[in-house]
Amino acid sequence: MTSLPNNPGAKKLGLVIDLDICVGCHACAVNCKEWNTGGHSAPLTDENPYGNDPIGVWFNRVHTYEAGDGANGRTVHFPRSCLHCEEPACVTVCPTGASYKRESDGIVLVNADTCIGCKLCSWACPYGAREYDYADGVMKKCTLCIDRIGNDNLPERDRVPACVSTCPASARHFGDLGDPNSEVSRLVEERGGYDLMPEMGMKPVNKYLPPRTRPVSTASNTTAQDITEPVSGGSGSRFLDWVDRALSR
Amino acid sequence: MHPAYSVIFFTTASGAGYGALVWMAIFAATGTVTPTAWTGLAAFAVALGLVTAGLLSSTFHLGHPERAWKAFSQWRSSWLSREGVAAVLAYVPALLFALGWIVFETFEGAWLIAGIVTALAALVTVACTGMIYASLRAIPRWTDVTVVPIYLVFALASGGALIFTVFAIIAPPAPEWAWAVAIMIAAAWALKFIYWQRIDAAAPVATAESATGLGRIGRVSLFEAPHTSDNYIMREMGFRIARKHAARLRIIALLLGAAVPVPAFLAAGLFSGVLTAALALAGVAALAAGILVERWLFFAEAKHAASLFYGTDTV
Repeated sequence: MTSLPNNPGAKKLGLVIDLDICVGCHACAVNCKEWNTGGHSAPLTDENPYGNDPIGVWFNRVHTYEAGDGANGRTVHFPRSCLHCEEPACVTVCPTGASYKRESDGIVLVNADTCIGCKLCSWACPYGAREYDYADGVMKKCTLCIDRIGNDNLPERDRVPACVSTCPASARHFGDLGDPNSEVSRLVEERGGYDLMPEMGMKPVNKYLPPRTRPVSTASNTTAQDITEPVSGGSGSRFLDWVDRALSR
Repeated sequence: MHPAYSVIFFTTASGAGYGALVWMAIFAATGTVTPTAWTGLAAFAVALGLVTAGLLSSTFHLGHPERAWKAFSQWRSSWLSREGVAAVLAYVPALLFALGWIVFETFEGAWLIAGIVTALAALVTVACTGMIYASLRAIPRWTDVTVVPIYLVFALASGGALIFTVFAIIAPPAPEWAWAVAIMIAAAWALKFIYWQRIDAAAPVATAESATGLGRIGRVSLFEAPHTSDNYIMREMGFRIARKHAARLRIIALLLGAAVPVPAFLAAGLFSGVLTAALALAGVAALAAGILVERWLFFAEAKHAASLFYGTDTV
Protein backbone atom coordinates (compact mmCIF):
# COMPACT_ATOMS: atom_id res chain seq x y z
CA MET A 1 0.00 0.00 0.00
CA THR A 2 1.49 3.28 -0.97
CA SER A 3 -1.18 5.25 0.81
CA LEU A 4 0.34 6.51 4.03
CA PRO A 5 -0.65 4.73 7.24
CA ASN A 6 -4.02 5.99 8.51
CA ASN A 7 -2.93 5.67 12.09
CA PRO A 8 0.81 6.36 12.08
CA GLY A 9 2.42 5.06 15.25
CA ALA A 10 3.84 7.43 17.82
CA LYS A 11 7.30 6.10 17.10
CA LYS A 12 9.35 8.08 14.58
CA LEU A 13 12.81 6.62 14.28
CA GLY A 14 15.33 8.92 12.70
CA LEU A 15 18.69 10.60 12.79
CA VAL A 16 19.90 13.85 14.27
CA ILE A 17 23.01 15.18 12.56
CA ASP A 18 25.18 17.74 14.26
CA LEU A 19 26.64 20.07 11.62
CA ASP A 20 28.73 21.80 14.28
CA ILE A 21 30.68 18.63 14.95
CA CYS A 22 30.82 16.85 11.59
CA VAL A 23 34.38 16.91 10.28
CA GLY A 24 33.52 15.64 6.81
CA CYS A 25 35.56 12.44 7.05
CA HIS A 26 33.00 10.40 5.03
CA ALA A 27 33.31 7.50 7.48
CA CYS A 28 29.51 7.37 7.86
CA ALA A 29 29.09 7.12 4.08
CA VAL A 30 31.74 4.43 3.78
CA ASN A 31 30.46 2.33 6.67
CA CYS A 32 26.91 2.69 5.35
CA LYS A 33 28.06 1.35 2.00
CA GLU A 34 30.02 -1.43 3.68
CA TRP A 35 27.09 -2.61 5.83
CA ASN A 36 24.30 -2.15 3.34
CA THR A 37 26.00 -3.78 0.38
CA GLY A 38 25.51 -6.95 2.39
CA GLY A 39 22.25 -5.92 4.08
CA HIS A 40 18.52 -5.57 3.40
CA SER A 41 18.94 -3.93 -0.03
CA ALA A 42 22.11 -5.75 -1.06
CA PRO A 43 24.04 -5.33 -3.21
CA LEU A 44 24.73 -1.61 -3.62
CA THR A 45 26.08 -2.07 -7.09
CA ASP A 46 29.12 -0.17 -8.32
CA GLU A 47 29.65 0.02 -12.04
CA ASN A 48 33.03 0.64 -13.57
CA PRO A 49 34.51 1.12 -10.08
CA TYR A 50 38.12 1.44 -11.23
CA GLY A 51 37.39 3.18 -14.52
CA ASN A 52 37.26 6.82 -15.49
CA ASP A 53 33.58 7.23 -14.77
CA PRO A 54 32.55 5.09 -11.82
CA ILE A 55 28.93 5.16 -10.66
CA GLY A 56 27.36 3.34 -7.77
CA VAL A 57 24.56 3.26 -5.23
CA TRP A 58 25.20 4.99 -1.91
CA PHE A 59 22.63 5.79 0.75
CA ASN A 60 24.65 8.51 2.38
CA ARG A 61 26.58 11.32 0.74
CA VAL A 62 28.71 13.95 2.45
CA HIS A 63 28.69 17.38 0.82
CA THR A 64 30.81 20.31 1.91
CA TYR A 65 29.41 23.83 1.68
CA GLU A 66 30.66 27.33 2.24
CA ALA A 67 28.12 29.42 4.08
CA GLY A 68 28.45 33.15 4.54
CA ASP A 69 31.15 35.43 3.22
CA GLY A 70 34.49 36.74 4.32
CA ALA A 71 35.83 36.28 7.82
CA ASN A 72 32.47 35.11 9.09
CA GLY A 73 32.09 32.48 6.39
CA ARG A 74 32.00 28.87 7.49
CA THR A 75 32.89 25.60 5.88
CA VAL A 76 30.17 23.13 6.79
CA HIS A 77 30.30 19.39 6.18
CA PHE A 78 26.85 18.11 5.38
CA PRO A 79 25.89 14.43 5.35
CA ARG A 80 22.75 13.78 3.30
CA SER A 81 20.57 10.69 3.41
CA CYS A 82 16.88 9.74 3.53
CA LEU A 83 15.00 11.86 6.08
CA HIS A 84 12.21 9.27 6.59
CA CYS A 85 9.61 12.00 6.12
CA GLU A 86 6.24 11.92 7.84
CA GLU A 87 4.56 12.75 4.52
CA PRO A 88 6.88 11.22 1.95
CA ALA A 89 5.84 11.94 -1.65
CA CYS A 90 8.17 9.12 -2.74
CA VAL A 91 5.77 6.65 -1.13
CA THR A 92 2.45 7.98 -2.42
CA VAL A 93 3.61 8.24 -6.06
CA CYS A 94 4.67 4.59 -6.20
CA PRO A 95 2.34 2.78 -8.62
CA THR A 96 3.02 -0.75 -7.34
CA GLY A 97 3.04 -0.50 -3.57
CA ALA A 98 6.78 -1.26 -3.44
CA SER A 99 7.49 1.95 -1.53
CA TYR A 100 6.00 2.07 1.91
CA LYS A 101 6.23 3.77 5.27
CA ARG A 102 6.30 1.37 8.21
CA GLU A 103 3.45 1.99 10.57
CA SER A 104 5.37 0.70 13.58
CA ASP A 105 8.34 3.08 13.44
CA GLY A 106 7.93 5.34 10.41
CA ILE A 107 10.87 3.96 8.45
CA VAL A 108 10.47 4.42 4.68
CA LEU A 109 11.41 1.29 2.75
CA VAL A 110 11.32 -0.25 -0.74
CA ASN A 111 10.21 -3.80 -1.43
CA ALA A 112 12.72 -4.90 -4.07
CA ASP A 113 10.44 -7.75 -5.15
CA THR A 114 7.61 -5.47 -6.32
CA CYS A 115 9.60 -2.40 -7.47
CA ILE A 116 9.31 -2.03 -11.27
CA GLY A 117 12.12 0.51 -11.49
CA CYS A 118 9.99 3.36 -12.89
CA LYS A 119 12.09 5.88 -10.91
CA LEU A 120 9.09 8.14 -10.18
CA CYS A 121 9.78 7.98 -6.41
CA SER A 122 13.22 9.48 -6.99
CA TRP A 123 11.60 12.29 -8.98
CA ALA A 124 9.18 12.92 -6.13
CA CYS A 125 11.88 13.17 -3.45
CA PRO A 126 13.21 16.74 -3.15
CA TYR A 127 16.17 15.52 -1.10
CA GLY A 128 17.73 13.21 -3.70
CA ALA A 129 17.65 10.42 -1.15
CA ARG A 130 16.86 7.55 -3.49
CA GLU A 131 19.39 6.04 -5.85
CA TYR A 132 18.53 3.68 -8.68
CA ASP A 133 20.52 0.50 -9.07
CA TYR A 134 20.99 0.20 -12.84
CA ALA A 135 22.21 -3.39 -12.53
CA ASP A 136 19.35 -4.58 -10.29
CA GLY A 137 16.67 -2.48 -12.02
CA VAL A 138 15.16 -1.37 -8.70
CA MET A 139 15.27 1.73 -6.52
CA LYS A 140 17.35 1.65 -3.34
CA LYS A 141 17.48 3.88 -0.31
CA CYS A 142 18.54 4.24 3.32
CA THR A 143 16.78 1.64 5.47
CA LEU A 144 17.91 3.21 8.73
CA CYS A 145 19.72 -0.14 9.01
CA ILE A 146 16.59 -2.12 9.91
CA ASP A 147 18.88 -5.14 9.86
CA ARG A 148 20.98 -3.68 12.69
CA ILE A 149 18.67 -1.68 14.93
CA GLY A 150 16.51 -4.64 15.95
CA ASN A 151 19.13 -7.33 15.49
CA ASP A 152 19.43 -9.48 18.61
CA ASN A 153 22.59 -11.09 17.27
CA LEU A 154 24.49 -7.83 17.64
CA PRO A 155 25.76 -6.48 20.95
CA GLU A 156 23.33 -3.81 22.16
CA ARG A 157 25.70 -0.91 21.54
CA ASP A 158 25.83 -1.86 17.85
CA ARG A 159 22.05 -1.80 17.40
CA VAL A 160 22.21 1.61 15.75
CA PRO A 161 22.55 2.50 12.07
CA ALA A 162 26.02 1.85 10.65
CA CYS A 163 26.60 5.57 10.04
CA VAL A 164 25.92 6.37 13.70
CA SER A 165 28.07 3.58 15.09
CA THR A 166 31.05 4.60 13.00
CA CYS A 167 31.07 8.39 13.36
CA PRO A 168 34.39 9.19 15.06
CA ALA A 169 33.18 12.65 16.08
CA SER A 170 29.79 11.56 17.49
CA ALA A 171 28.08 13.95 15.12
CA ARG A 172 25.29 11.46 14.38
CA HIS A 173 22.54 10.42 16.78
CA PHE A 174 19.83 7.82 16.36
CA GLY A 175 16.58 7.58 18.28
CA ASP A 176 12.83 8.10 18.49
CA LEU A 177 11.93 11.62 17.44
CA GLY A 178 8.28 10.91 18.22
CA ASP A 179 9.11 10.70 21.92
CA PRO A 180 9.60 14.23 23.28
CA ASN A 181 11.71 12.88 26.15
CA SER A 182 14.13 10.87 24.06
CA GLU A 183 17.77 11.89 23.94
CA VAL A 184 17.49 12.90 20.28
CA SER A 185 14.37 15.00 20.88
CA ARG A 186 16.10 16.79 23.74
CA LEU A 187 19.12 17.49 21.53
CA VAL A 188 16.83 18.97 18.88
CA GLU A 189 15.13 21.07 21.54
CA GLU A 190 18.39 22.35 23.09
CA ARG A 191 20.24 23.07 19.88
CA GLY A 192 17.40 24.29 17.68
CA GLY A 193 17.40 21.31 15.35
CA TYR A 194 15.72 22.07 12.05
CA ASP A 195 14.08 20.51 8.96
CA LEU A 196 15.63 20.66 5.51
CA MET A 197 13.45 22.41 2.90
CA PRO A 198 10.29 22.58 5.05
CA GLU A 199 8.62 24.38 2.12
CA MET A 200 8.35 21.04 0.30
CA GLY A 201 5.80 19.92 2.89
CA MET A 202 7.25 16.43 3.42
CA LYS A 203 7.77 16.89 7.18
CA PRO A 204 11.18 15.24 7.47
CA VAL A 205 11.76 13.22 10.64
CA ASN A 206 15.57 13.56 10.57
CA LYS A 207 16.80 16.82 12.05
CA TYR A 208 19.96 18.84 11.56
CA LEU A 209 21.65 20.73 14.40
CA PRO A 210 23.01 24.05 13.13
CA PRO A 211 26.66 25.04 13.52
CA ARG A 212 27.01 26.95 16.82
CA THR A 213 27.33 30.70 16.47
CA ARG A 214 30.79 32.09 16.89
CA PRO A 215 31.90 35.55 17.99
CA VAL A 216 31.55 37.78 14.98
CA SER A 217 34.95 38.63 13.58
CA THR A 218 35.49 42.34 13.10
CA ALA A 219 38.94 41.92 11.59
CA SER A 220 37.41 41.43 8.21
CA ASN A 221 40.66 42.26 6.45
CA THR A 222 42.72 39.65 8.26
CA THR A 223 44.47 37.41 5.80
CA ALA A 224 46.76 34.45 6.22
CA GLN A 225 49.68 36.70 5.36
CA ASP A 226 48.85 39.15 8.16
CA ILE A 227 49.01 36.37 10.70
CA THR A 228 52.37 35.02 9.52
CA GLU A 229 53.90 38.52 9.25
CA PRO A 230 57.28 38.42 11.05
CA VAL A 231 57.19 40.00 14.47
CA SER A 232 59.29 43.13 14.20
CA GLY A 233 61.19 43.19 17.49
CA GLY A 234 59.90 44.16 20.88
CA SER A 235 58.62 40.68 21.66
CA GLY A 236 60.15 40.97 25.11
CA SER A 237 62.54 38.13 24.52
CA ARG A 238 66.00 38.59 23.03
CA PHE A 239 65.93 34.95 21.93
CA LEU A 240 62.68 35.32 20.05
CA ASP A 241 63.88 38.57 18.52
CA TRP A 242 66.96 36.74 17.30
CA VAL A 243 64.81 33.92 15.88
CA ASP A 244 62.68 36.51 14.16
CA ARG A 245 65.70 38.26 12.64
CA ALA A 246 67.24 34.95 11.61
CA LEU A 247 64.09 33.79 9.94
CA SER A 248 63.49 37.14 8.29
CA ARG A 249 66.86 37.14 6.52
CA MET B 1 15.50 16.73 -15.52
CA HIS B 2 16.99 14.21 -17.87
CA PRO B 3 14.80 14.09 -21.01
CA ALA B 4 14.38 10.32 -21.50
CA TYR B 5 13.39 9.51 -25.08
CA SER B 6 11.01 6.74 -24.02
CA VAL B 7 9.00 9.17 -21.87
CA ILE B 8 9.01 11.87 -24.57
CA PHE B 9 7.81 9.37 -27.15
CA PHE B 10 5.22 7.94 -24.78
CA THR B 11 3.65 11.29 -23.82
CA THR B 12 3.58 12.62 -27.39
CA ALA B 13 2.45 9.42 -29.13
CA SER B 14 -0.19 8.34 -26.65
CA GLY B 15 -1.33 11.95 -26.30
CA ALA B 16 -1.89 12.20 -30.07
CA GLY B 17 -3.65 8.83 -30.09
CA TYR B 18 -6.04 9.78 -27.29
CA GLY B 19 -6.65 13.18 -28.92
CA ALA B 20 -7.48 11.39 -32.17
CA LEU B 21 -10.05 9.21 -30.35
CA VAL B 22 -11.76 12.37 -29.04
CA TRP B 23 -11.99 13.81 -32.56
CA MET B 24 -13.27 10.51 -33.93
CA ALA B 25 -16.11 10.63 -31.40
CA ILE B 26 -16.84 14.24 -32.42
CA PHE B 27 -16.83 13.26 -36.12
CA ALA B 28 -19.13 10.31 -35.34
CA ALA B 29 -21.55 12.44 -33.31
CA THR B 30 -21.73 15.15 -35.97
CA GLY B 31 -21.95 12.74 -38.89
CA THR B 32 -18.82 14.27 -40.39
CA VAL B 33 -17.50 10.90 -41.58
CA THR B 34 -19.39 7.88 -42.85
CA PRO B 35 -19.01 4.74 -40.79
CA THR B 36 -17.41 2.26 -43.15
CA ALA B 37 -15.00 -0.56 -42.44
CA TRP B 38 -12.34 1.25 -44.43
CA THR B 39 -12.53 4.62 -42.64
CA GLY B 40 -12.82 2.85 -39.28
CA LEU B 41 -9.81 0.61 -39.86
CA ALA B 42 -7.65 3.54 -40.93
CA ALA B 43 -8.71 5.79 -38.04
CA PHE B 44 -8.44 3.14 -35.30
CA ALA B 45 -5.14 1.83 -36.67
CA VAL B 46 -3.68 5.33 -36.29
CA ALA B 47 -5.31 6.23 -32.95
CA LEU B 48 -5.06 2.94 -31.08
CA GLY B 49 -1.74 2.21 -32.80
CA LEU B 50 -0.23 5.39 -31.34
CA VAL B 51 -1.80 4.81 -27.93
CA THR B 52 -0.52 1.25 -27.80
CA ALA B 53 2.94 2.09 -29.10
CA GLY B 54 3.19 4.85 -26.51
CA LEU B 55 2.07 2.65 -23.65
CA LEU B 56 4.49 -0.10 -24.67
CA SER B 57 7.37 2.34 -24.99
CA SER B 58 6.65 3.61 -21.48
CA THR B 59 7.52 0.15 -20.19
CA PHE B 60 10.91 0.20 -21.92
CA HIS B 61 12.42 2.55 -19.36
CA LEU B 62 11.36 0.32 -16.48
CA GLY B 63 13.95 -1.70 -14.61
CA HIS B 64 11.51 -4.62 -14.48
CA PRO B 65 9.03 -4.40 -17.41
CA GLU B 66 7.76 -7.90 -16.59
CA ARG B 67 6.30 -6.51 -13.35
CA ALA B 68 4.53 -3.60 -15.08
CA TRP B 69 1.11 -5.10 -14.31
CA LYS B 70 1.68 -4.40 -10.61
CA ALA B 71 1.39 -0.70 -11.46
CA PHE B 72 -2.41 -0.99 -11.65
CA SER B 73 -2.70 -1.56 -7.90
CA GLN B 74 -2.05 1.82 -6.25
CA TRP B 75 -4.65 4.03 -7.95
CA ARG B 76 -5.73 5.34 -4.52
CA SER B 77 -2.56 7.40 -4.12
CA SER B 78 -0.51 7.34 -7.33
CA TRP B 79 -1.22 9.30 -10.51
CA LEU B 80 1.02 6.93 -12.44
CA SER B 81 -1.13 4.04 -11.31
CA ARG B 82 -4.32 5.97 -12.15
CA GLU B 83 -2.94 6.66 -15.62
CA GLY B 84 -2.29 2.95 -16.12
CA VAL B 85 -5.78 1.99 -14.97
CA ALA B 86 -7.41 4.72 -17.09
CA ALA B 87 -5.36 3.70 -20.14
CA VAL B 88 -6.46 0.07 -19.89
CA LEU B 89 -10.10 0.95 -19.13
CA ALA B 90 -10.19 3.26 -22.15
CA TYR B 91 -9.62 0.27 -24.40
CA VAL B 92 -13.04 -1.16 -23.46
CA PRO B 93 -15.27 1.59 -24.93
CA ALA B 94 -12.69 2.19 -27.68
CA LEU B 95 -12.95 -1.40 -28.89
CA LEU B 96 -16.76 -1.23 -28.76
CA PHE B 97 -16.64 2.06 -30.70
CA ALA B 98 -14.37 0.30 -33.22
CA LEU B 99 -16.69 -2.71 -33.41
CA GLY B 100 -19.67 -0.51 -34.27
CA TRP B 101 -17.71 1.56 -36.79
CA ILE B 102 -15.77 -1.19 -38.55
CA VAL B 103 -17.96 -4.30 -38.28
CA PHE B 104 -21.52 -2.95 -38.04
CA GLU B 105 -20.70 0.30 -39.84
CA THR B 106 -22.93 2.38 -37.60
CA PHE B 107 -22.84 5.36 -35.23
CA GLU B 108 -26.37 4.69 -33.98
CA GLY B 109 -27.50 4.57 -30.35
CA ALA B 110 -25.26 2.55 -28.07
CA TRP B 111 -22.39 2.60 -30.58
CA LEU B 112 -22.32 6.38 -30.43
CA ILE B 113 -22.43 6.28 -26.64
CA ALA B 114 -19.39 3.98 -26.77
CA GLY B 115 -17.69 6.68 -28.84
CA ILE B 116 -18.54 9.41 -26.36
CA VAL B 117 -17.36 7.29 -23.42
CA THR B 118 -14.15 6.61 -25.38
CA ALA B 119 -13.59 10.35 -25.76
CA LEU B 120 -14.12 10.95 -22.03
CA ALA B 121 -11.85 8.06 -21.05
CA ALA B 122 -9.17 9.39 -23.42
CA LEU B 123 -9.33 12.84 -21.82
CA VAL B 124 -9.17 11.35 -18.33
CA THR B 125 -6.09 9.31 -19.28
CA VAL B 126 -4.28 12.34 -20.69
CA ALA B 127 -5.20 14.36 -17.59
CA CYS B 128 -3.69 11.59 -15.44
CA THR B 129 -0.47 11.82 -17.48
CA GLY B 130 -0.35 15.55 -16.83
CA MET B 131 -1.03 15.04 -13.13
CA ILE B 132 1.95 12.67 -12.79
CA TYR B 133 4.14 15.70 -13.48
CA ALA B 134 1.95 18.39 -11.94
CA SER B 135 1.86 16.55 -8.61
CA LEU B 136 5.65 16.54 -8.12
CA ARG B 137 6.44 19.32 -5.65
CA ALA B 138 10.15 18.54 -5.97
CA ILE B 139 10.05 19.99 -9.50
CA PRO B 140 8.32 23.31 -8.75
CA ARG B 141 7.85 24.54 -12.35
CA TRP B 142 5.86 21.42 -13.20
CA THR B 143 3.30 22.20 -10.53
CA ASP B 144 2.19 25.21 -12.57
CA VAL B 145 -1.60 25.28 -13.12
CA THR B 146 -1.12 25.29 -16.89
CA VAL B 147 0.66 21.90 -17.03
CA VAL B 148 -2.40 19.62 -17.08
CA PRO B 149 -4.38 21.85 -19.52
CA ILE B 150 -1.31 21.90 -21.77
CA TYR B 151 -1.16 18.11 -21.89
CA LEU B 152 -4.87 18.04 -22.77
CA VAL B 153 -4.82 20.74 -25.41
CA PHE B 154 -1.65 19.35 -27.06
CA ALA B 155 -3.30 15.92 -27.21
CA LEU B 156 -6.35 17.49 -28.89
CA ALA B 157 -4.23 19.56 -31.28
CA SER B 158 -1.96 16.72 -32.37
CA GLY B 159 -4.76 14.13 -32.44
CA GLY B 160 -7.01 16.46 -34.43
CA ALA B 161 -4.31 17.29 -36.94
CA LEU B 162 -3.52 13.63 -37.37
CA ILE B 163 -7.05 12.29 -37.74
CA PHE B 164 -8.13 15.15 -40.04
CA THR B 165 -5.15 14.30 -42.25
CA VAL B 166 -6.06 10.59 -42.31
CA PHE B 167 -9.62 11.40 -43.34
CA ALA B 168 -8.49 14.08 -45.80
CA ILE B 169 -6.60 11.33 -47.61
CA ILE B 170 -9.18 8.53 -47.56
CA ALA B 171 -12.63 10.09 -47.05
CA PRO B 172 -12.48 13.88 -46.99
CA PRO B 173 -14.74 15.49 -44.39
CA ALA B 174 -15.98 19.07 -44.80
CA PRO B 175 -12.71 21.00 -45.24
CA GLU B 176 -13.87 23.56 -42.65
CA TRP B 177 -12.91 21.05 -39.93
CA ALA B 178 -9.32 21.99 -40.73
CA TRP B 179 -10.05 25.38 -39.19
CA ALA B 180 -11.10 23.75 -35.93
CA VAL B 181 -7.79 21.92 -35.93
CA ALA B 182 -5.90 25.16 -36.65
CA ILE B 183 -7.66 26.86 -33.74
CA MET B 184 -6.75 23.99 -31.42
CA ILE B 185 -3.09 24.10 -32.49
CA ALA B 186 -3.00 27.87 -31.95
CA ALA B 187 -4.63 27.45 -28.53
CA ALA B 188 -2.07 24.81 -27.53
CA TRP B 189 0.88 27.04 -28.34
CA ALA B 190 -0.75 30.07 -26.76
CA LEU B 191 -1.07 28.11 -23.54
CA LYS B 192 2.51 26.86 -23.85
CA PHE B 193 3.68 30.43 -24.35
CA ILE B 194 1.87 31.41 -21.16
CA TYR B 195 3.60 28.50 -19.36
CA TRP B 196 7.00 29.71 -20.55
CA GLN B 197 6.21 33.26 -19.40
CA ARG B 198 5.05 31.96 -16.03
CA ILE B 199 8.05 29.71 -15.35
CA ASP B 200 10.43 32.50 -16.33
CA ALA B 201 8.75 34.90 -13.93
CA ALA B 202 8.12 32.40 -11.11
CA ALA B 203 9.73 33.13 -7.77
CA PRO B 204 12.07 30.41 -6.51
CA VAL B 205 10.33 27.86 -4.28
CA ALA B 206 13.48 26.49 -2.64
CA THR B 207 17.10 27.60 -2.49
CA ALA B 208 20.49 26.14 -1.62
CA GLU B 209 20.06 28.04 1.66
CA SER B 210 16.74 26.38 2.52
CA ALA B 211 17.85 22.96 1.28
CA THR B 212 20.82 22.92 3.64
CA GLY B 213 19.31 25.18 6.30
CA LEU B 214 22.59 27.08 6.28
CA GLY B 215 21.00 30.30 5.09
CA ARG B 216 21.10 31.36 8.75
CA ILE B 217 24.86 31.82 8.28
CA GLY B 218 24.77 33.43 4.87
CA ARG B 219 24.87 32.65 1.20
CA VAL B 220 25.49 28.93 0.56
CA SER B 221 27.71 27.53 -2.17
CA LEU B 222 28.98 24.03 -2.85
CA PHE B 223 32.62 23.81 -1.79
CA GLU B 224 33.20 20.14 -2.42
CA ALA B 225 30.86 17.59 -4.00
CA PRO B 226 30.49 14.23 -2.24
CA HIS B 227 31.82 12.30 -5.20
CA THR B 228 34.14 12.94 -8.12
CA SER B 229 31.95 11.54 -10.90
CA ASP B 230 28.20 11.67 -11.51
CA ASN B 231 25.82 9.62 -9.45
CA TYR B 232 22.24 8.61 -10.31
CA ILE B 233 20.81 11.83 -8.86
CA MET B 234 23.09 14.01 -11.01
CA ARG B 235 22.38 11.97 -14.14
CA GLU B 236 18.62 11.93 -13.67
CA MET B 237 17.88 15.28 -11.96
CA GLY B 238 20.98 17.30 -12.76
CA PHE B 239 20.34 17.72 -16.51
CA ARG B 240 20.63 21.40 -17.31
CA ILE B 241 20.14 23.26 -20.52
CA ALA B 242 21.77 26.60 -21.15
CA ARG B 243 19.26 29.45 -21.01
CA LYS B 244 20.20 30.72 -24.46
CA HIS B 245 19.68 27.25 -25.94
CA ALA B 246 16.30 27.00 -24.22
CA ALA B 247 15.27 30.35 -25.71
CA ARG B 248 16.37 29.24 -29.17
CA LEU B 249 14.62 25.88 -28.86
CA ARG B 250 11.39 27.61 -27.82
CA ILE B 251 11.54 29.62 -31.04
CA ILE B 252 12.23 26.45 -33.05
CA ALA B 253 9.28 24.72 -31.36
CA LEU B 254 7.00 27.67 -32.16
CA LEU B 255 8.17 27.86 -35.79
CA LEU B 256 7.74 24.13 -36.41
CA GLY B 257 4.73 23.59 -34.21
CA ALA B 258 2.71 26.76 -34.80
CA ALA B 259 4.08 28.94 -37.61
CA VAL B 260 3.90 26.10 -40.15
CA PRO B 261 0.85 24.02 -39.14
CA VAL B 262 -1.58 26.83 -38.26
CA PRO B 263 -1.42 28.47 -41.73
CA ALA B 264 -1.27 25.01 -43.32
CA PHE B 265 -4.54 23.93 -41.71
CA LEU B 266 -6.17 27.33 -42.28
CA ALA B 267 -5.30 26.99 -45.96
CA ALA B 268 -6.39 23.34 -46.00
CA GLY B 269 -9.88 24.50 -45.03
CA LEU B 270 -10.04 26.74 -48.10
CA PHE B 271 -9.44 23.97 -50.59
CA SER B 272 -10.55 20.41 -51.03
CA GLY B 273 -9.24 17.12 -52.36
CA VAL B 274 -5.55 16.53 -52.93
CA LEU B 275 -4.52 20.07 -51.99
CA THR B 276 -6.24 19.85 -48.60
CA ALA B 277 -4.65 16.48 -47.92
CA ALA B 278 -1.19 17.72 -48.93
CA LEU B 279 -1.46 20.85 -46.76
CA ALA B 280 -2.70 18.80 -43.80
CA LEU B 281 0.11 16.29 -44.24
CA ALA B 282 2.72 19.06 -44.25
CA GLY B 283 1.05 20.64 -41.23
CA VAL B 284 0.95 17.45 -39.21
CA ALA B 285 4.60 16.63 -39.93
CA ALA B 286 5.78 20.06 -38.76
CA LEU B 287 3.49 19.91 -35.74
CA ALA B 288 4.91 16.54 -34.69
CA ALA B 289 8.45 17.92 -34.84
CA GLY B 290 7.43 21.04 -32.91
CA ILE B 291 5.75 19.02 -30.16
CA LEU B 292 8.77 16.75 -29.80
CA VAL B 293 10.97 19.82 -29.22
CA GLU B 294 8.38 21.23 -26.78
CA ARG B 295 8.25 17.97 -24.81
CA TRP B 296 12.04 17.64 -24.75
CA LEU B 297 12.23 21.18 -23.34
CA PHE B 298 9.54 20.42 -20.75
CA PHE B 299 11.95 17.94 -19.19
CA ALA B 300 15.25 19.61 -19.97
CA GLU B 301 14.24 23.00 -18.56
CA ALA B 302 12.76 21.66 -15.32
CA LYS B 303 14.98 21.99 -12.27
CA HIS B 304 14.70 19.41 -9.50
CA ALA B 305 15.06 20.39 -5.84
CA ALA B 306 17.75 17.73 -5.32
CA SER B 307 20.02 19.71 -7.65
CA LEU B 308 20.20 22.35 -4.89
CA PHE B 309 22.57 20.04 -3.02
CA TYR B 310 24.85 19.91 -6.06
CA GLY B 311 25.42 23.58 -6.72
CA THR B 312 22.14 24.89 -8.16
CA ASP B 313 21.17 28.14 -6.42
CA THR B 314 17.38 28.08 -6.74
CA VAL B 315 14.56 25.94 -8.12
